[in-house]
Amino acid sequence: MDLFDNLALGFGVAFTFQNLIYAFIGCLLGTLIGVLPGVGPVATIAMLLPATYALPPIAALIMLAGIYYGAQYGGSTTAILVNLPGEASSVVTMIDGYQMARKGRAGPALAAAGMGSFFAGCVGTLILAAFAAPLTEVAFKFGPAEYFSLMVLGLIGAVVLASGSLIKAVGMIVLGLLMGLIGTDVNSGVARYSFDIPELTDGIGFIVIAMGVFGYGEIISNLSKPDEEREVFTAKVTGLMPTAEDFKNMLPAVLRGTSLGSALGILPGGGALLAAFAAYTIEKKTKVKPGELPFGQGNIRGVAAPESANNAASQTSFIPLLTLGIPPNAVMALMVGAMTIHNIQPGPQVMTSNPELFWGLIASMWIGNAMLIILNLPLIGIWIRLLSVPYRWLFPAIVLFCAIGVYSTNNNTWDIWMVAMFGVIGYTFIKLGMEPAPLLLGFILGPMMEENLRRAMLLSRGDWSVFVTRPLSASLLAVALLLLIIVMLPSIKSKREEAFVED
Amino acid sequence: MIIKSQKDFFSGLLYAAVGSAFAIGATNYNLGTSARMGPGFFPMMLGVILAIIGLYIMFKAMVVKTPNGDKIGAWAWKPLFFIIAGNLLFGVLLGGLPNLGVPAMGLIVAIFGTTFVVSLAGDTYKVKEVAILATILSIGCYCAFVLLLKLQFPVWPTFITG
Repeated sequence: MDLFDNLALGFGVAFTFQNLIYAFIGCLLGTLIGVLPGVGPVATIAMLLPATYALPPIAALIMLAGIYYGAQYGGSTTAILVNLPGEASSVVTMIDGYQMARKGRAGPALAAAGMGSFFAGCVGTLILAAFAAPLTEVAFKFGPAEYFSLMVLGLIGAVVLASGSLIKAVGMIVLGLLMGLIGTDVNSGVARYSFDIPELTDGIGFIVIAMGVFGYGEIISNLSKPDEEREVFTAKVTGLMPTAEDFKNMLPAVLRGTSLGSALGILPGGGALLAAFAAYTIEKKTKVKPGELPFGQGNIRGVAAPESANNAASQTSFIPLLTLGIPPNAVMALMVGAMTIHNIQPGPQVMTSNPELFWGLIASMWIGNAMLIILNLPLIGIWIRLLSVPYRWLFPAIVLFCAIGVYSTNNNTWDIWMVAMFGVIGYTFIKLGMEPAPLLLGFILGPMMEENLRRAMLLSRGDWSVFVTRPLSASLLAVALLLLIIVMLPSIKSKREEAFVED
Repeated sequence: MIIKSQKDFFSGLLYAAVGSAFAIGATNYNLGTSARMGPGFFPMMLGVILAIIGLYIMFKAMVVKTPNGDKIGAWAWKPLFFIIAGNLLFGVLLGGLPNLGVPAMGLIVAIFGTTFVVSLAGDTYKVKEVAILATILSIGCYCAFVLLLKLQFPVWPTFITG
């Protein structure tokens, strides 16, 4: 079996002492920052990215993957104990998780989230390993026209599944694409929109945008809200083990969440947030057994299902990135940036030219998941103590880490001026209700899209119909169009808006 | 004309302005033909698209009613100012401003300066607390970034290290 040979190779790479340590550090740091309310995975990864510069590529990617999972897990802890989403995808976990904590069942809630996530992570890793090889085969059949259409589909998918106004999100994508074009054009060598500033000829750093918009923007907006009375259930976490009854209720929910999450994660623009929402909605539609608490009052299924789903999705969202080189969401866009820094061009060639890296990363995902469950459940006391750190100590530290992080990317103060500008822009986005995630996605894809568009048009001698006459490209565009039409149908439109303002 | 959704109106305005700026800027570069696209082609295309999207959003914001006018609400000037100012101060202290003759003060001074300024963004400000926080952060950053990760920082002011 190829699959097992490959996985064996991967585990061989991942199980070296050095890589295990990096996976561990990644998970630890990710959880540490992820637990802090108001710092999502994007800001966490951006902030910790400079810490991986000095590492060899494989170790750096393993650590980043660990940070990502850690941030996800940490977010659910915050959701359950403080009723604050550590990140967007744990918003639904909050509903039942916090109610369980109030009823003195914080322990089982945390355990349900942890175990559900672990199971989902294992399944997700297997799916990723199984799908990677065949999808890579497909990817090699792609010409520039197909890639262009695929990116269109990816970007459309990202906004269709995002929350909020569709047209505004499309605008954010185009804005991101445009910002991605700033800097030297690879074909002609012309420095575009650089205003004769030497630093701008290299383009804007994606870390600068990620930190300015996701880091500073969020902090400013958090600080503008009055301090709410937060009830932290620190003392009440006793008895982590769910009862046998809990297990019986949890199991089907975990299974449903995992399968839903795995499927949604592969979709462009899918990912953790959507998976968690969808899983909770489905769970709510199922029958509540007699004696079981209704949803919204501390039903364990309401914790287990979305947590499994978001973890499965965060696993499978690596599939488009690793096989096609197309990031399906903002976190993966950051991973693209990280890979480029380490001189790896994400795409189908990674698997053939760099199998150790490819399979090692996949294997380390499983290891990372295992580490997280070891790390999170016994160490829960430490995370809880972290939650009681007041925000007025946290935000100066976060600002400082962001500033140090952007400086160290190029050892140039220019990036610090830029991140200040993007902080102001990020806050403006929040005030105007514009979602920043599509911007980052567009920013990463901008140069790639232009390159593929140019090549496709060159090959077709300027004939635009090439995108619809090549069957593969045509079907990708058709799917994108279909998605748009579906979302614009009035009945779906109201459902979609409803789903994102849920409870 | 009454604006029915403030948020949408101004985001539309932003898109329209930025889109046209990019499109106008693209005229400085060679557009080329669709078979041989110049550096101006794609930005021009996107700029026009963004401007149209912006105009459409503005139009919609003036026509479609929203329940509460979708107000932008008050800007949080205080956090905005101090966070950004603290960030800028970090750059100035760390690297100095050679053009203006401001010497580089290095990482440790920069951390203290930033922590003190950024903390002003919060509701409460206790000098002693901030001083402790800054000390902890400088020790932590020094150990993590300079000793452990070996990132290149000017740690101390240039007039001391020479």
